[in-house]
Amino acid sequence: MADKNILLSEGELLVSSSPHIRAEETVDWLMWQVVIALLPAAISSVYFFGFRSLFLMVLGVATAVLTEAAVEKALGKEITIKDGSAAVTGLLLAFNVPANAPWWLVVLGAIFAIAVVKQTFGGLGYNFVNPALTARAFLLAAWPQYLAGNFPLPLDTITGATPLAILDGTAAGTLPSYLDLFLGNVGGVLGETSALALLVGGLYLIWQKVIDWRTPVAFIGTVAVLSWAFGGNGGLFTGDPLYHVLAGGLMLGAFFMATDYVTSPVTPKGRLGFGVGCGIITVLIRLWGGYPEGVSYSILLMNLLVPFLERWTVPRVYGTKSAQA
Amino acid sequence: MGLRTFVGGVHPAPSKGRTGDSPVVTAPLPQKVVIPLAQGGAPCDPLVKVGDKVQVGQKIGESQAFVSAPVHASISGNVTAIEPVACPNGRTSLAVVIESDGNDIWLNTTGGSSLDAMSPADIKGLVREAGLVGMGGAMFPTHVKISPPPGKSFDAVIINGAECEPYLTCDQRLLVEETESIVLGLKAWLKVTGAKKGYIGIEDNKREAIAAIKAAVTEEKDIEVVPLMTKFPQGSEKQLIASILGREVPSGGLPVDAGALVQNVGTTYALSQAITAGKPLVERVVTVTGTPLKKPLNIRTRIGTLFSDLLSFCELDGEIGKLISGGPMMGIAQTRADVPVLKGTSGILVLSPQEARPLPERACIRCGRCVDACPIGLIPTLLDQYCRHEMWEQATQGHVADCIECGSCAYVCPSKRHLVPALRLGKAEVMAQRRRKK
Repeated sequence: MADKNILLSEGELLVSSSPHIRAEETVDWLMWQVVIALLPAAISSVYFFGFRSLFLMVLGVATAVLTEAAVEKALGKEITIKDGSAAVTGLLLAFNVPANAPWWLVVLGAIFAIAVVKQTFGGLGYNFVNPALTARAFLLAAWPQYLAGNFPLPLDTITGATPLAILDGTAAGTLPSYLDLFLGNVGGVLGETSALALLVGGLYLIWQKVIDWRTPVAFIGTVAVLSWAFGGNGGLFTGDPLYHVLAGGLMLGAFFMATDYVTSPVTPKGRLGFGVGCGIITVLIRLWGGYPEGVSYSILLMNLLVPFLERWTVPRVYGTKSAQA
Repeated sequence: MGLRTFVGGVHPAPSKGRTGDSPVVTAPLPQKVVIPLAQGGAPCDPLVKVGDKVQVGQKIGESQAFVSAPVHASISGNVTAIEPVACPNGRTSLAVVIESDGNDIWLNTTGGSSLDAMSPADIKGLVREAGLVGMGGAMFPTHVKISPPPGKSFDAVIINGAECEPYLTCDQRLLVEETESIVLGLKAWLKVTGAKKGYIGIEDNKREAIAAIKAAVTEEKDIEVVPLMTKFPQGSEKQLIASILGREVPSGGLPVDAGALVQNVGTTYALSQAITAGKPLVERVVTVTGTPLKKPLNIRTRIGTLFSDLLSFCELDGEIGKLISGGPMMGIAQTRADVPVLKGTSGILVLSPQEARPLPERACIRCGRCVDACPIGLIPTLLDQYCRHEMWEQATQGHVADCIECGSCAYVCPSKRHLVPALRLGKAEVMAQRRRKK
């Protein structure tokens, strides 16, 4: 006879569909990994732009998280602030303003990003454009005086032109050295200046398999090739690709914004195409557009193309000759 | 050279340490067995009635249908009931209940033969008479599987020793302990199909099994041992064919369309037992394991033994959260423990309440992990949406019918989406629509 405790009656055992084991990664873990990966850039920002930078970052995160909680409470939905996605959005938004931006700009941007761009469409997973970037575009359109033009220079109290604006010819000044560009000792918005810090964070995310290498590699590679080919004054292939790669928001955009899961393709080839598309639009704007910088608009435009990219890059199904559809 | 493998897949923890090196033990003779008459293909009609005395190996169920395999008594004793029972594959089947007389008397059989003395037709006849079915879980009648439709043939036979399901070690143990029988079984498959080449695919973490088989086939020119990358679902028929032969089974087709016959290790062992000892399929090796068991084991078990008897034998010590027939990736959760071991029951896995706790399902964040993991090349997250919203046209175009329900997508999903039940539902609906159109 079997032991008494083995003869369970129906209802005592948990019954559910296979698989009965799951990988450890959760949404929360992934999002907090992104926060961790953003820390080097955050620290370098405080180093170069002072404690005002820290204040704006904390303000951005706090506003985003509170907005998320408030909207979800008002809508009677589950409060999801501990998944870290609102914190990521708040931090990325703060990364996109200069150190001398008024505090209310960050607050308004974070509220717009969460309440309008993210929650209106159903919250995490449903927004079709990147919340932080859309909020930045909104702020840039509404208050250009704070987001275009001269930015605070590092370790200093005066303002000056960004390297890309100087390169573009829209502003006067001397170009900083490659080393300063690499370390982040240049003018710009809070989180974009240090290529080194962003590279460290980005490589960490690739190493942890949080993000796919395809997006940043395709994005940065495309910018390098196109700026080398068309970015020079002496004809084809006289441009300075290294400068284009290190300057502006490319590192921040390529590693942390173009890789946003929700607003980029789910197919591997789609992510490759997404990166290439971002690179092309960035260079178009940088070289021939009205703005010195084009990273954020390139990502927003490509966000809109995601459904098409996914349709064009459907993987080949096992046992079929070519891709479906 | 890199190990042969397939595209996609996942790497769950193997969890085979507790039973991988433990030799197969024989369970005490059960006092009672419950032998379902539906074990592969059409259900059999009972050949015995309540009150009959039966001997081990006596045929107790038979069907006139081609796609069906007979069932045999697995202990000697009295038939005490013929009644519908719940089976671990989720079905209900009429079953013959036998109370043991404790003597284990075997039916007088021919006592076996030798492979050389048998013609391909003899082998095929024996396969059916011995009640062989796919012992990896699906229980498809083997004599049907080895009979290719007109105009098609097998040129390769693959013994599926991948055993990619975590926890399960019964095939691994058979490969180590019954090496000669497995090789003989493979030769029989080659003979019956006329295939030129035989392969034994084993994941490379089963070193002992690879070494044992390699040593046994050094003289065999037509048999190749293929170490495979340890990756789930390496042991899926379609993936194994891709890994070993570099061919694909056409969408909607059968392995024979790729010229390949894939046979389970247990089935191959059962065939060699039928050939050399004249034994029909009345017992199999089952891995009984899980953290709540004090003594997890690979057990030689009579078909029809109740799960609860085996759990007692393995000294259940702790609460059961989930009781699974098969492995953790594709096994079936049980509602009760008094279900019988079937010919296709490769494992009984017990998860603790902590291990089995349900994880809340969140919205998809479109991370794309399921796309990378799918060994078929589907986009599980899109199919999930289509199936939940009954968008059957889109689901059909997205090849939901090609889903092998391996669960790799759900395994890697950070939102813990219930992708498998959603796709399974869609697959059933799309297949039903297809049948209606015909």
